[in-house]
Amino acid sequence: MIDFKNGTELLRLCQEKHLPISEIMKARECDLAETTEREVITKMKKVLEIMKSSAKTPIAQPRPSMGGLIGGEAQLVSQHLLAGKSLCGSLLSRAISYALAVLESNSSMGLIVAAPTAGSSGVVPGVLLSLQEEYGLSDDALLPALFNASAVGYLAMRNATVAGAVGGCQAEVGVASAMAASAAVELMGGSPTQCLDSASTALMNLLGLICDPVGGLVECPCQLRNTVGAANALTAAELALSGVRQLIPFDEMLDTMHSVGRRMAPEFRETARGGCATTPSGCAACLTGCSTGKNLYQI
Amino acid sequence: MAFISIFDVLGPNMVGPSSSHTAGACSIALLAHKILDEPAREVNFTLYGSFAQTYKGHGTDRALLAGIMGCDTDDTRIPHAYEMAKAQDLKWQFLCDETETELHPNTVDIHLTGISGKIIDLRGESIGGGKIRIVRINGIEVDFSGEDNTLIVVHRDRVGMAAHITSCLSQRNVNIAYMKLFRENKGDRAYSILEFDNDVPEDIKDKILEKEDVERVVLIRVREGRHD
Repeated sequence: MIDFKNGTELLRLCQEKHLPISEIMKARECDLAETTEREVITKMKKVLEIMKSSAKTPIAQPRPSMGGLIGGEAQLVSQHLLAGKSLCGSLLSRAISYALAVLESNSSMGLIVAAPTAGSSGVVPGVLLSLQEEYGLSDDALLPALFNASAVGYLAMRNATVAGAVGGCQAEVGVASAMAASAAVELMGGSPTQCLDSASTALMNLLGLICDPVGGLVECPCQLRNTVGAANALTAAELALSGVRQLIPFDEMLDTMHSVGRRMAPEFRETARGGCATTPSGCAACLTGCSTGKNLYQI
Repeated sequence: MAFISIFDVLGPNMVGPSSSHTAGACSIALLAHKILDEPAREVNFTLYGSFAQTYKGHGTDRALLAGIMGCDTDDTRIPHAYEMAKAQDLKWQFLCDETETELHPNTVDIHLTGISGKIIDLRGESIGGGKIRIVRINGIEVDFSGEDNTLIVVHRDRVGMAAHITSCLSQRNVNIAYMKLFRENKGDRAYSILEFDNDVPEDIKDKILEKEDVERVVLIRVREGRHD
């Protein structure tokens, strides 16, 4: 029975079995969920298919969000790149535009994969799909990266939190960024230790990020924060792959993220009572909910 | 600690924008649909807390209505729930109660009438990440998630009822993961709620119904048996 409770145990398993993080996570799933590798891979292919469609559809066909605060951003960034004007280069530009696109799909009631949450669902696809295009990788080549990402996300769910209401945006986009960083490192040939180093860096750099959705909607600043989650993941992966070591192990970084989250004032934990949500422009853009006892849809 | 699957991390596959306000809402309504066990004729929703305040921008209304019509969280018909309901001649009503503050912030009451006139009253909470809990059925406090195969037996509170249910299950070699009993008052109507981590045969319902004092049996199946 393969299982691990933290990053240290995961790395030990990788070393003992000479396997990457993705293989350990897949074996754990087969053992504990009493399922087969074939079934797990089929489900993961479906995840990838939904990620791709949610990241690409809005670039061709932009749609306004339910709350009316966003829509069309992904296409603009994509056109900027196509016009040869990208400041960041094609890899980062694509990562940004896919991350924007997934959040646009999400906020317009399109189909997405929560990764680990709906509000942070653009980071992992943003990073992996941009790497796929940049390096001409097949869909099958991306699957190990997704298994790797899920190992990091599992540790965050198990030992900390991925809920903005509990830990702020650092727990959502921060964890998504750590997942994407680790996945990118494995995808580009890095070691398990480098994977968790990059995950730790990604989390470190977003430590303390609050959750302050304008109008309580998953639109602004969520969509933009996904772009920073993706850019941060690529940076963290670059550092690890270059051989830059991380002082603080991933397990300790998760612990501190969790404790910072719990000490965050409630205003900054998905209540829309602080940060961007209470700026004058944020308030003005707010949609008001329904008033008490009002019958909205009379039969 | 409950098992966390790869697809709890990379998942649920869902129609956005919010796992709690959209996917969770849909799951609660879908459970109500499964418990009703027939097409619905009319549905009234009462939204509380954060559901009441932000339901529109999160599509909570459409997700709830779609769930009542049998849609799961990844059903791309969710955005078109109103059109679907009109086409099916399903009547709906949404009410918001922002005065009630004691409840979980994402709570909904569903009053559902089936085509035969059968009525289900249910209260659900969306507790985060798409996870839900049903906390009340027809006025009785209960607690289950519907994440696993679940059997709900409505019966009189009588001696031997638990023994009857468990013996029916053991005869069919079904292992019980959890079993909880909820009742109005001693001797009154009671709910036995059982959860399983394996498949449960459909005909178990008739077997359990054979005993006097069993009023209704609902089997909610979410996973098939293992396929290797």
